[in-house]
Amino acid sequence: MIDLGPHAVFIVSAYAGVTLAVVALIAWTLFDARRTASKMAALEARGIRRRSAGPAA
Amino acid sequence: MTTDTAPKPSFWYRLAHPGQFVALTRPWLWPLTLITVALFAVGLWFAFFNSPEDYQMGDTVRIMYIHVPTAWLSQFVYGLMAVSAIGSLVWRHPIADVSMKAAAPLGATFTALALFTGSLWGRPTWGTFWEWDGRMTSTLVLLLIYLGIVALWRAFDDQLRAARVIAVFTLVGAINIPIIKFSVDWWSTLHQPSSVFTMSGPHMPPSILTPLLVMAIAFTMLFLTLHLKAMHTEVARRRLMALQRQAAQTGKTA
Repeated sequence: MIDLGPHAVFIVSAYAGVTLAVVALIAWTLFDARRTASKMAALEARGIRRRSAGPAA
Repeated sequence: MTTDTAPKPSFWYRLAHPGQFVALTRPWLWPLTLITVALFAVGLWFAFFNSPEDYQMGDTVRIMYIHVPTAWLSQFVYGLMAVSAIGSLVWRHPIADVSMKAAAPLGATFTALALFTGSLWGRPTWGTFWEWDGRMTSTLVLLLIYLGIVALWRAFDDQLRAARVIAVFTLVGAINIPIIKFSVDWWSTLHQPSSVFTMSGPHMPPSILTPLLVMAIAFTMLFLTLHLKAMHTEVARRRLMALQRQAAQTGKTA
């Protein structure tokens, strides 16, 4: 790692904060997708399907 | 005209159908993810191992490699939302509604990060974390607009009605984007004027411009990847809500 000089604490804090926020954003995006998919699967398991998809098997 | 002889729907027409949109764009997600990761690897290598200190800022110039891309995205995402708002109001395009909704939390995050990294750069450079100058204040207003839009989406049960109201709100709020851009020219501010996108070209050496541009493209690709994924989720959520309504009408418990 290079020497970041006398203001290293500001540089490291900036990168740490951005990394944390980006990781949280990715995690939230994936969590939201999975939660929605699992709710959809639960509905379809109860035989509730779109009319255009035809009757449940 | 039969179904055999009917003209094939255009690419743009197919994109207007949420199901077709998801089917068409789902294969893009992995390539976008891989390109984003590769760009961040190259950008961070440049930022920490292959770029010099600035003659004025010293090593704090490395904060610029995350501050400038997040600040750029804060305005780019809003621009995308404004274009989507026009698509929603003029053409009632369902994907425009989905695009608007999916972009808002991402834009809010990038705007908050631009303010956060800017204040961490400002403290060692200007001697203060915050100053009520034109650029910083108008960017804070942008964050508040984003948060207002996120709150509005959550306030409506009827997402089609929400889209109309939010599209108008988004277009009114778009007036803030040129204010942010030209604030450094219109008022005497602590924030320095544009140094990348200027009429006479970038005002910085290639050794600093290269990591800045690579990181800006990396962050933009990150946004495009997350936005696409969030749009797919929003399409699924609307389908889910339609199924729940259908279940309620037919008396099946969900």
